[in-house]
Amino acid sequence: MTNDRSAATTPAASTPETQWDLWEVFTQEGAGAPHEHAGSVHATTAEHAMQNARDVYARRGKVVSLWVVPTTAIVASAPSDAGPLFDPGNDKAYRHPQFYKVPRGVRGL
Amino acid sequence: MTDGNGELSTGNRGSADHWIAGARPSTATSGVAENVLFEYLLRLADDRLVLGHRLSEWCGHGPILEEDIALANIALDLVGQASMLLKLAGEVEGKGRNEDTLAYFRDAVAFRNVQLVELPNGDFAATIVRQFLFDAWDVLVLERLSSAPNESLAGIAAKALKEAKYHLRHSAEWVRMLGDGTAESHARAQRALDEMWPYAGELFLMDDTDRAAIATGNGVDVEALRARWQQTVDQVFGEATLTIPRNAFAPRGGRIGRHTEHLGRMLADMQSLARAHPGASW
Repeated sequence: MTNDRSAATTPAASTPETQWDLWEVFTQEGAGAPHEHAGSVHATTAEHAMQNARDVYARRGKVVSLWVVPTTAIVASAPSDAGPLFDPGNDKAYRHPQFYKVPRGVRGL
Repeated sequence: MTDGNGELSTGNRGSADHWIAGARPSTATSGVAENVLFEYLLRLADDRLVLGHRLSEWCGHGPILEEDIALANIALDLVGQASMLLKLAGEVEGKGRNEDTLAYFRDAVAFRNVQLVELPNGDFAATIVRQFLFDAWDVLVLERLSSAPNESLAGIAAKALKEAKYHLRHSAEWVRMLGDGTAESHARAQRALDEMWPYAGELFLMDDTDRAAIATGNGVDVEALRARWQQTVDQVFGEATLTIPRNAFAPRGGRIGRHTEHLGRMLADMQSLARAHPGASW
């Protein structure tokens, strides 16, 4: 923080310069498995983010691959878009695949 | 602070050379330890035990949560390696001592680590520079040991090598970030390098016990590794815009139990619980 008292009293106004960038971490727990969001870490560079992700999220598990992505690179839907984007259309039954029978022996659906 | 004076006072400054020529390991009648493999395993183990404990002192005090976890992870790796090596040392010695006995019931004069690893943590830059100097050496040593004829030692080294490669990647990246960072971080990293650099020389000293271990294949000719180590540190310190000091001060003696005043205090803390409650388990 700086000596600027007004800035100090409104911490949400801007990111303090002592704060590192945020990176989202995705871990894969086996060949062919999806990379799943594990959490986030603070880091200054991509290499640094990779190391922090490894130390925080990959050291104990059976992780075989890591992705780190700058949080700012993620485009997120806005809560106000929830209706237009996700309204499930439950009144349109033909959109749902429940009329199909899954053949016996098919796994992983 | 180019002569290493300051916080890291060692108590044996100015006596760098006069005692080493005639010094003898306490367990030996000549320059060679009675049980070469036991003595050599202690040297390997104690570097890791002491450095691991030093790093563990950061737990809860790291500069940021992620780094706090990273330092604790590395500390655990090193203590784990020490545990395996001390267990093996106890078996090789054959006098009924196990890894706990060797870790908690030896005094400072019986520790065989280099002085570099027992130095106080200082600031974060000092911890990182100390770690980098050790890691760059450690990877080379473990590479050699992973093909040692003693299969237990080779197995421990092969496992430790994977960990050490990550330790080096981590500490080297931090040296670059601090050295090539802000004016403040650069100044701290340079001061840390000035303080730590003289102690790195001990990593490459060898005595008759080392040479006897090398003769059996269960030891590493560290003199032969120095050029590769120098290449690594020159490159990383260059990228970090840090200057390696020119310095004749070369502390030594850790391998035969000559330590700085700092080790005794560290051991008093590390060993207090085990000594207050002998045989306790948790």
